[in-house]
Amino acid sequence: MEVKRERIPADFRIRQLKARDMLRGDLEGEDLQRYVEERVLTTTVDKAVGWAQGNSIYPLTFGLACCAMEQIHIVAARVDIARFGFEAFRASPRQADLIILSGRVSIKMAPVIRRIWDQMLEPKWAISMGACCSSMGVFNNYALVPSDKFMPIDVHVPGCPPRPEALMHGILRLRDLIQGHAREGWRARYDAVGTEELLPGEAELESPGINVFKPGDTAGA
Amino acid sequence: MPDATELELTAQELRDVHSESILDTSFHRDRATLIANPKLIREVLGHLQGKGYTMIASLHGVDYYPEEPRLGVLYEMLDMKRVDRISVKARVSIDDPHIPSVVDMFPTADFPEREVYDMFGVVFDGHPDLRRILMPEDYEGYPQRRDFPVGGEPVLFTYNEEQGYGKYA
Repeated sequence: MEVKRERIPADFRIRQLKARDMLRGDLEGEDLQRYVEERVLTTTVDKAVGWAQGNSIYPLTFGLACCAMEQIHIVAARVDIARFGFEAFRASPRQADLIILSGRVSIKMAPVIRRIWDQMLEPKWAISMGACCSSMGVFNNYALVPSDKFMPIDVHVPGCPPRPEALMHGILRLRDLIQGHAREGWRARYDAVGTEELLPGEAELESPGINVFKPGDTAGA
Repeated sequence: MPDATELELTAQELRDVHSESILDTSFHRDRATLIANPKLIREVLGHLQGKGYTMIASLHGVDYYPEEPRLGVLYEMLDMKRVDRISVKARVSIDDPHIPSVVDMFPTADFPEREVYDMFGVVFDGHPDLRRILMPEDYEGYPQRRDFPVGGEPVLFTYNEEQGYGKYA
């Protein structure tokens, strides 16, 4: 049998010479500075690790209810999560980075999910998908529990069920979070200070609304 | 489904036999419903059984809060020869949620009656084995009633599994 040898690249000799030049310290002053600026990129370890982790999330093969149908679709051709490097669904929680709670969680199921979550290795993230998992949705009855009550959730995806695009958006938000530049909410983006929802009795309003007067006040009469 | 005329005829037949048995009828979206007196539910279902409605396709409970009487028990009767259906509804109050059991006439009503008892607290008098069927036997309250408080039950992990309902309690 003939042994095939790997072809040596054509510019191998040139590169060898360049390397030897560099080692000899031929470059000096501005040349050396430009040489370094062109070839060296500085960053922090956190950013580099975050970049790598955010681009290779391994989700867990895990579906709970009807939202799982939409979750299945994010792997298919239309919203293909393989474009972002998240297509490797792992069958074991010990190999997965991300758990997507896709559906309603009953009180009996919650400890099981918590055990799966505890079996996952750090770093790990969780997405709560759909209304049931976040706020119990249409199945708001004695048997269900919202996921925030038994495990930490990084991203909530609303919808009943959310479309695959919505889940994809949630996963990309999670990627931003992992890479250390979580996107600001719409209030920060549009500078909408003072539009936060207040629960009754949570805060005193500084000024009453227009045409609201106390009993006996005749200022507006 | 019987049409509206046939429903009224059936109701009148029942009234002729048992004058207090049918309180009202309803024909809504082609669904014929007899609203029956809960005390005479065995007589009503027995008469329908004689007419050919030999099967209870479904037996379920409803909570009509805040209407009174609050609880309802629905019997979906099926005539398998003519493929004809008729609903029988009986309303019972929450203070006295008693209704006669029909298990001896329709053995298939056994588990549904237990489920209605479990979820709504309707007591089926004469049921041979009226226990909870879905919830733990020491569970308190009837979880499908509209005024049942939701969200207070703790999630049981290994460390606190003895605090819940069921075999450890």
